[in-house]
Amino acid sequence: MASTDVVRAGRATGNQGKVMAKKKSREPWLERYSALLLTAAVIVAWQIFVPLAGLSKFVLPTPLEIAGRMVTEWRLLLQNSYVTLFEVVSGFVVSVLIGVPLALSIFYSRPFERAIYPILVAFQTIPKVALAPLLVLYLGYGWAPKITLAFLISFFPIVISTVVGLQSLDKNLVSLVRSMGANEWQTFFKVRLPAALPSIFGGFKVAISLAVIGAVIGEYVAAERGLGYLQLQANSLFDTTLNFATVVTISIMGVLLYFVVDFVERKVAYKRDAAK
Amino acid sequence: MKQDQRVNFMNAITQTGAAVSIARLSKAYRTREDDEVLALDQIDLDFEPGSFVAVVGPSGCGKSTLLSLLAGLIGVTEGTISIDGEAISKPHPKIGVVFQSDLLLYWRTVLDNILLPIEIKKLDVSRYRLRAEELLTQVGLDGFGNKYPSELSGGMRQRVAICRAFIQEPGLLLMDEPFGALDALTREQMIMDLQSMWLRVRNTVLFITHGIDEAVFLADRVLVMSPRPGRIDLDLKIEMPRPRQWNSAHEDKAYHGYVRQIRDIFEAKGILVAH
Repeated sequence: MASTDVVRAGRATGNQGKVMAKKKSREPWLERYSALLLTAAVIVAWQIFVPLAGLSKFVLPTPLEIAGRMVTEWRLLLQNSYVTLFEVVSGFVVSVLIGVPLALSIFYSRPFERAIYPILVAFQTIPKVALAPLLVLYLGYGWAPKITLAFLISFFPIVISTVVGLQSLDKNLVSLVRSMGANEWQTFFKVRLPAALPSIFGGFKVAISLAVIGAVIGEYVAAERGLGYLQLQANSLFDTTLNFATVVTISIMGVLLYFVVDFVERKVAYKRDAAK
Repeated sequence: MKQDQRVNFMNAITQTGAAVSIARLSKAYRTREDDEVLALDQIDLDFEPGSFVAVVGPSGCGKSTLLSLLAGLIGVTEGTISIDGEAISKPHPKIGVVFQSDLLLYWRTVLDNILLPIEIKKLDVSRYRLRAEELLTQVGLDGFGNKYPSELSGGMRQRVAICRAFIQEPGLLLMDEPFGALDALTREQMIMDLQSMWLRVRNTVLFITHGIDEAVFLADRVLVMSPRPGRIDLDLKIEMPRPRQWNSAHEDKAYHGYVRQIRDIFEAKGILVAH
């Protein structure tokens, strides 16, 4: 019963895809590829600028050098990516598993909201980076402090976006299903949750990007593997090219994870104005 | 198989509307300043089964409160409401509601929106699919079942909302200013469509509006309410033959007499001021 709306929303997305595809084909060529073109222009400018300015590759390697390094060191980058990816995904999953139920408790219980909300906001003002050395002290050099940091930095947006998504529901929709005899369980799965999904996924997208930051910062402080660790190694060896190659790898990971969340959202949630 | 289902629905359709009885009904709200505001004061009403009752009154006269009480969405302060002899304290399965805004769920298709109450009541959805399509045809939306609400105009959406109420086969249909947000032409068409849908089913309807014209055109009985405290000032029986045609009804002397009587009440109460 709970999953029917989700399945239905999945079908809805097929429709949405078609509409979007149609819209895109009508867009002018330049507009459609504008982001790609701008990126390409910046890379080309960078490639030309470096030799013109006479910069050594210890200061600023060219894009071609970075790309070349990524190809030759792909095994090293990939091995360390696995470590970081594991930490990011674990931190994010923990955030979802703790953040969503916490948001539900805040939404359903007024006293709980009163008690926990101010604490959450106060906690959010602590720079999580400042906690990294403490986490290492308590949790050691393994993956635990990285996952914890990824979790701490990413769970706040999940809580907030879930609470806001649930609270912004049109109260009349609740009256409507109540008048049909719905209990709170049905009200939640038929109306509250599907209506809040776009907001919840908005939080997930912010959270997954932050989880990457959390994991990498955790690796900066103390680690024996991972992309953050690799970057520190490259730094100490004045290997700026490898340093850049690692940065690119981290951002590729972030973008891919973002699109995974986006893909799941398209499967699960139907956007309000998709058909317009 | 299909034939059997039809027979079933025909039986449902011939079933008459519910009898509603309201006795000494009062509803008080507590304001922020902790004052009590009496939204409804000692209302006594009986709706005959299968009658179309309209309530007109200015904003804040308690007509929406009356509807929420009947829908079982809020509790009474004093008095009783009963439907077919059963007291109402929570939403009753014999009652369907149409709200001012369509309240369609945007992630569901039109058909799935209409079937929502069937799902909530845990009835067999496949049995009602045919009926849902039949209702869509009655409101001129055949073939729209697989569209999404965002692909529909405001008038079409409110038609779907009406289908969603009718599929519950409500003995009592509550309508809270259902055409208030529509443009004049769409509204006129909807009034005609509602009349013909109701004539097929003949359930009891409580139709809340601030439009005197639509109240008189549609109803067997018009209740005129005034605010603070909400009371019924006039209980007017409308005797015009059905089905009522738009033009002939609006040219009818009786029609204008009814409208006049209602306006007189509003003028006497200072709700309408003559210049």
